[in-house]
Amino acid sequence: MADLMKVTIDGITVEVAPGTSILNAARQIGGDIVPPAMCYYSKLEGSGGKCRTCIVKVSKGSEKDPRPMPKLVASCRTTVMDGMEVQNITSPEVLEARSGVVEMLLINHPLDCPVCDQAGECDLQNLGYEHGLQKTRYEFERRTFDRIDIGDKIQLHMNRCILCYRCVFTADQITNKRVHGILNRGDHSEISTYIQTAVDNDFSGNVIDVCPVGALTDKTFRFKNRVWFTKPVDAHRNCDHEKCNGQVTLWYKGADVLRVTARKDQFGEVESFICNTCRFEKKATSDWNIEQPTHIPDTSVIASNHYETFKPLPVIMENLALQKANQVELEKTSKF
Amino acid sequence: MGRKLLLEHINVPGINTLEVYRQKGGYRAVEKALKTLTPDEVVEEVKKSGLRGRGGAGFPTGMKWSFLAKPEGVARYLVCNADESEPGTFKDRYLMTYIPHALIEGMIVSSFALGANTSYIYVRGEMMPQIRILEKAIAEAKAAGFLGKNILGSGYDLELYVQSGGGAYICGEETALLESLEGKRGNPRIKPPFPAIAGLYGCPTVVNNVESIAAVVPIINDGGDEYAKVGIGRSTGTKLISASGNLVKPGVYEIELGLPVEEFIYSDEYCGGIANGKRLKATVAGGSSVPILPANLTLKYANGEPRLMSYESLAEGGFATGTMMGSGGFIAFDEDQCIVRNTWNFSRFYHHESCGQCSPCREGTGWLEKVLHRLEFGHGKMSDIDLLVDVSKKIEGNTICPLGDAAAWPVASAIRHFRDEFEWHVKEPSKSQTSNYGLANYANPIEKKEEEVKQDNS
Amino acid sequence: MLKVEETQPVEFSSALIASFDEIVKRYPAGKQKSALLPILHLVQAEFGWTSAPAMDKVAAYLNIEPIEVYEVASFYTMYFLQPKGKYVLEVCRTGPCCLVGAEKIMDHIEQNLGVKEGEVTADGLFSWRGVECLAACGFGPVLQIGPEYTFYENLTPQSVDTLIDDLRKK
Repeated sequence: MADLMKVTIDGITVEVAPGTSILNAARQIGGDIVPPAMCYYSKLEGSGGKCRTCIVKVSKGSEKDPRPMPKLVASCRTTVMDGMEVQNITSPEVLEARSGVVEMLLINHPLDCPVCDQAGECDLQNLGYEHGLQKTRYEFERRTFDRIDIGDKIQLHMNRCILCYRCVFTADQITNKRVHGILNRGDHSEISTYIQTAVDNDFSGNVIDVCPVGALTDKTFRFKNRVWFTKPVDAHRNCDHEKCNGQVTLWYKGADVLRVTARKDQFGEVESFICNTCRFEKKATSDWNIEQPTHIPDTSVIASNHYETFKPLPVIMENLALQKANQVELEKTSKF
Repeated sequence: MGRKLLLEHINVPGINTLEVYRQKGGYRAVEKALKTLTPDEVVEEVKKSGLRGRGGAGFPTGMKWSFLAKPEGVARYLVCNADESEPGTFKDRYLMTYIPHALIEGMIVSSFALGANTSYIYVRGEMMPQIRILEKAIAEAKAAGFLGKNILGSGYDLELYVQSGGGAYICGEETALLESLEGKRGNPRIKPPFPAIAGLYGCPTVVNNVESIAAVVPIINDGGDEYAKVGIGRSTGTKLISASGNLVKPGVYEIELGLPVEEFIYSDEYCGGIANGKRLKATVAGGSSVPILPANLTLKYANGEPRLMSYESLAEGGFATGTMMGSGGFIAFDEDQCIVRNTWNFSRFYHHESCGQCSPCREGTGWLEKVLHRLEFGHGKMSDIDLLVDVSKKIEGNTICPLGDAAAWPVASAIRHFRDEFEWHVKEPSKSQTSNYGLANYANPIEKKEEEVKQDNS
Repeated sequence: MLKVEETQPVEFSSALIASFDEIVKRYPAGKQKSALLPILHLVQAEFGWTSAPAMDKVAAYLNIEPIEVYEVASFYTMYFLQPKGKYVLEVCRTGPCCLVGAEKIMDHIEQNLGVKEGEVTADGLFSWRGVECLAACGFGPVLQIGPEYTFYENLTPQSVDTLIDDLRKK
């Protein structure tokens, strides 16, 4: 194995294999210094570089050539050099540029989160909270597209799309035939099939999971519930599709499975792509072997009220009467 | 009279034919290169010449060539960028129309230097007549033994093809051009890898502008050292300048780099001054992407010294008081032109031509256009001006390819130098619809003031 | 969005296919997709516009997916995805041409033809539209007419009238 390369991101040093991108080096470190990624997807070849949310500053190119890189770079598509020093959240310049990108992504976004099925697990929503401005400076009519029907399983809302190209790569690389793509150009670019046809093959449902926003959603889950009211549970079944391992997350409301998705890792990427049968057809608990509750990070709204430990409000900790009233709950916190 | 290296015989009747072109010394460079030089020696001459890319970036051509990877058993390609679409630039069309063999000859010599056995000239689709002209010229050259197998008995094989584009400014960006040549949408690639490592079909590729390739001919004929004697400093040789706008004699001029801007605009040998007896208000010196300058800074530096037509001199003063050579598209604005309207027009162009791949450019160019439209048509607010500056900053430097910068710079520079005209559009919304702001103080001699600290982080 | 039943089938003549074959020869084996843009120009020259069934046939000829052709044809401005007039007058509307009166020329054309930008005249002969820089800024205002993209420079309202009259008589 070739020598590891040393890279320092926001002051934290990590050794990675040659050819690793800055983003993936940061993911090895983990935590807050991981740049957000809206278009990069480690499982899709050629993805990344487009949304510009993952931009970082390379303040030292490498040990050999310590000159800083002249511009901010897309961390997902820039490979590390030995001795490289990178600034992400420690650089005001990066944060300013990133909030600029977020603003750009939002100016034509419909902001229809209240009726969007993606709300609660939307990367753009998260990004907007973390980097966006409270008010928009954009005073023009937002861009809209004609509604396009791409079949009975997948709902396309082009107005929400940020043109990450992930679904195009998915169709190219995961399914056996691509019938949709990016039409037109500039800010009129849109996801479409051009001629009316259904996006339909064994693996087409995966475009729903890779979509970072609510542009592609599951029609079988449409308006059924808010994701934060559902309980995710890891489960599997013996799927007879050769490319599907049947490992999924079931999203329960009460006793009903409202939705089936692929399992996602801590960076929101699917662990393995699943077939449409598992996703759309198997909505009964009896179809599945339940494993365990899905781990949801406590930063997610999905986690609220469900699995994470009870966190008493500061006011409780200072007030004896309130402590007594909440005794049962407080005991739970001390158990962990 | 300045020296002419490319257009010396442009007025000779029939120079577009192989026969006349050869009578005037054409294809000597092919014979010299293929019979007496090695490919590396050709590269060396081009390096010595100091030739800089004529498409806009001004990167030394010889150096670009020397970066080309040469792995065993992998094809290498030379692709000529004839996708000329930068507003204000029309020199390549001119050259290909009137003296196509200059390009064909340059392509043969350059392909030989790079070891390419198949080369393409990517011409923008709108130039269908030029495509026909080049195809005819290639057929002539092939019939005369300058193309095909074993050229001039040297053992070197070359096939040359013309490829038509489909109508997209972005394909002038070299990686977008390669995508387009592969039959795809003209989305610029994310670099690295650069084309010198992985270009057309993933093979090492050099992409050069038409004029750069044509300039290789005199470099080989006379030697790189001779070529380097023409021009000034690191701006060697001659440059084709496309002059347009409100000039007495717009057109394509070959100048020796280092010509004073004032002489270029006003002398009868070149543009002959401003049309209709009007006065010069502003210029865009290197194609629409470069910063616009008011008349006074066009002709002189901030310190009063005369500005010259060269890469360095046009850039003197940085973004604060300078501009760029770019592709040599020289646009002159007379006193009755509205800078706000022109800035809106350019903004509309970049909005229309953005490929839509990366978010700051896709969304930002439209935003700029909409705000500028509002200002131009009398519905603007004072805060719009700073908003434009801020949005252009959010685009600049944050995009995959230089189109983002190209969209941002004209807006930022117009506001930098013509802010009072923008403000006038807000203060006088109805007047601005019926009359012009006029020349104002834009041609006044520059007052001596404290050295301005360069603010831009460029 | 197009519905399949709204499209009219097309046939490619053997001469047209032969011209495709010539183009494909320019590229290395397996890189026939490179021929897409030139072939679409030929198709448009033949049929006057680039219809979905024609694109499907091109896809089949090049052995690529139809969506790859739609993506490309919709990216570039020269391919008409809707039928147009027999003569499409494309006037440059970018900065340098506007400095020398391109906007007036467009107004004049609109008046002469009596149709708005993008529309087709009742006799099916003409359409017009503004296009971005045609790289002829020194000779502006300019317009071009496909499929051979003949160029008309230094336009005046009079020269435009003459041009339109001549085309009508053709």
